[in-house]
Amino acid sequence: MRFLAKIANIVWKDLVAEFRTKEMISAMLIFSVLVIIVFAFAFDPVGETVRAVSPGIIWVAFTFSGILGLNRSFVNEKQNETLLGLMLAPVDRTAIFFGKVITNFILMVITEAISLPVFFVLFDFRMEGSLLQLLLVIFLGTLGFVSIGTFLAALSANVRTSEILLPIILFPVLVPVIIGAVESTATIFNQGAFEQIVGWVKLLAVYDVIFLVVPFILFDYVLEV
Amino acid sequence: MLQPSKSHQLLGWITFVLVLVALYMSFIYAPIERVMGYVQKIFYFHVASAWNAFFAFFIVFIASIIYLITRNMRWDTIAKVSAEIGVVFTTIVLVTGPIWGRAAWNTWWTWEPRLTTTLILWFIYLAYVLIRASGMETQKKATLAAVFGIIGFIDVPIVFFAIKWWGAKAHPLVFGESGGGIHPQMLHALIASVIAFTFLYFYMLQKGILIEQAEERLKKIKETLRAKSH
Amino acid sequence: MVKTIGSKTVLKDINLHIEPGEFVSVLGPNGAGKTTLLKVLTLLTPPSEGQVYIAGQKITGNPLALRKKMGVISHNTFLYGNLTAYENLLFYGRMYDVPNVRQRIKEVIAEVGLQYSLNDPVRTFSRGMQQRLAIARAIIHDPDILFLDEPYTGLDQHAIGILNQVLLNLTNQNRTIYMITHNFEQGLHMSDRIIILVSGRIVYEASSKSLSLEELQDIYLKLVGES
Repeated sequence: MRFLAKIANIVWKDLVAEFRTKEMISAMLIFSVLVIIVFAFAFDPVGETVRAVSPGIIWVAFTFSGILGLNRSFVNEKQNETLLGLMLAPVDRTAIFFGKVITNFILMVITEAISLPVFFVLFDFRMEGSLLQLLLVIFLGTLGFVSIGTFLAALSANVRTSEILLPIILFPVLVPVIIGAVESTATIFNQGAFEQIVGWVKLLAVYDVIFLVVPFILFDYVLEV
Repeated sequence: MLQPSKSHQLLGWITFVLVLVALYMSFIYAPIERVMGYVQKIFYFHVASAWNAFFAFFIVFIASIIYLITRNMRWDTIAKVSAEIGVVFTTIVLVTGPIWGRAAWNTWWTWEPRLTTTLILWFIYLAYVLIRASGMETQKKATLAAVFGIIGFIDVPIVFFAIKWWGAKAHPLVFGESGGGIHPQMLHALIASVIAFTFLYFYMLQKGILIEQAEERLKKIKETLRAKSH
Repeated sequence: MVKTIGSKTVLKDINLHIEPGEFVSVLGPNGAGKTTLLKVLTLLTPPSEGQVYIAGQKITGNPLALRKKMGVISHNTFLYGNLTAYENLLFYGRMYDVPNVRQRIKEVIAEVGLQYSLNDPVRTFSRGMQQRLAIARAIIHDPDILFLDEPYTGLDQHAIGILNQVLLNLTNQNRTIYMITHNFEQGLHMSDRIIILVSGRIVYEASSKSLSLEELQDIYLKLVGES
């Protein structure tokens, strides 16, 4: 339980610091909406194309804006070497990982909760599929993105050009999440039966588990000094 | 000491002979494919390169794990060299694939699962090479690269299944290069070519390790000289 | 104890015993391995060969329990700029499982004289104030062993006074202090023992009571010049 309390403490610290300046969350939100608007210009927002491309637009907006947050999550800890301060503290290093995963997850969910309705409004998109299923897919997709993303952000934070490196090393590894999330979102929008997305949901769940467990094992190595 | 060892030279000669045999079997021994003609010959090298690419990344994965456990820089060198060889062979697969595709299905690129997975694999290991190319102290770099080597390799099967399911829906499978009625002589040529390429891989791996060792020695000599000049 | 990084041996045959309650100062030129030795002692990196015992325990045994007994003051403050002084202390207090953390914050904040800036974000603090808060942060869990990494770098006169007072208090409570420095003016008069580290070896070790500052400086320059 002490382990969980310390994770909560790290999340508390990150969220208090973030919401004092709102640096990350505002950038993520604005960027997410901007991506949607750019796509509105790229594809005709009133034609039949909308239905076909909307799942892609949504997930590109989510993941691209998510990268902004991930980029800062460990780089911020390099100021005043606070990461070293965390590593000196009597807590298992993986608490740092899980704390950061939860913080990034919360920031992503806030971004999504605001930009998704914005997308519906701007594209005059009538949501017809199951909202519950959509939430499940968004939850699993976001968790997968955040878990491997947080891990690779910690990895790339060691490099001076981490902000350039992170997207390049993250997106190839992320391919299964993107495919799974986009495909199942598309099926939901087309009012497909749950059976049609079960395979994808399982894939996302397996991915989430693998990339929460593997970083758990490897995180010590990434933080090594 | 920097002279290549006897065994390395021997391996070189064996590889040379095996490659000659593979060339003979691919171009002369195996019959010419009826529909595609000579272009089909690319198949032997395409498949053998793909085998080498995946094998090289498997070695990266294993060497990375052993490095993290033992912290012996030798394993880091093996992972590094193997990844570089892997990128080269993946590139060959990605170049020969479209040439084959153009002749076989009249299209340069098809989002066929194996080819697409290879493309993603290529990006994953480019990322690996980029991590290695970033400025960090040697040991830190070795550790981070090893971590990514493991992550990347674990990801590949998931990528493959995701792409397979995705492709099955959007693009019906038309591909079956090793399936069904392959001519026995073609199969012999393929096996010869895979064996030759495997030897080529090990030869390149040894060569790469020798180069790394030479660079390491050069660095040490430079350091001693610098210390002496003070 | 030996530490190698890659093909380089950074620390060679380090054999060091520190008594509880002792104040040890380590001097040495850049690249002598002082920081690496500190990293080994603060459990940030394992030794390549040999054993390290802290408080009678092997460092590989229960690192979390050992970390709880250690405090570190470095020239980096380990403070979050966007959090207030209070939030910073609360965060670290909880990380170290400090009982009655709110009460303890009041004590340490008074010790470094920042009680009137408790609720201001740390980024609005001057360098000296941040350093003082860093001292409070390092002693919030009342550590048995305090590690100091060039603590006097960038301190103003006021902060130096506070740091000296804190160190004096800890020495009086029989706490162990291990300090890396290359500042001959500060801190050495309080230490019990002085160690000089050159090229990864302990080349000199003496009780500091037995020699004057000038003598020490001469010895230091001679040793560093030789290598």
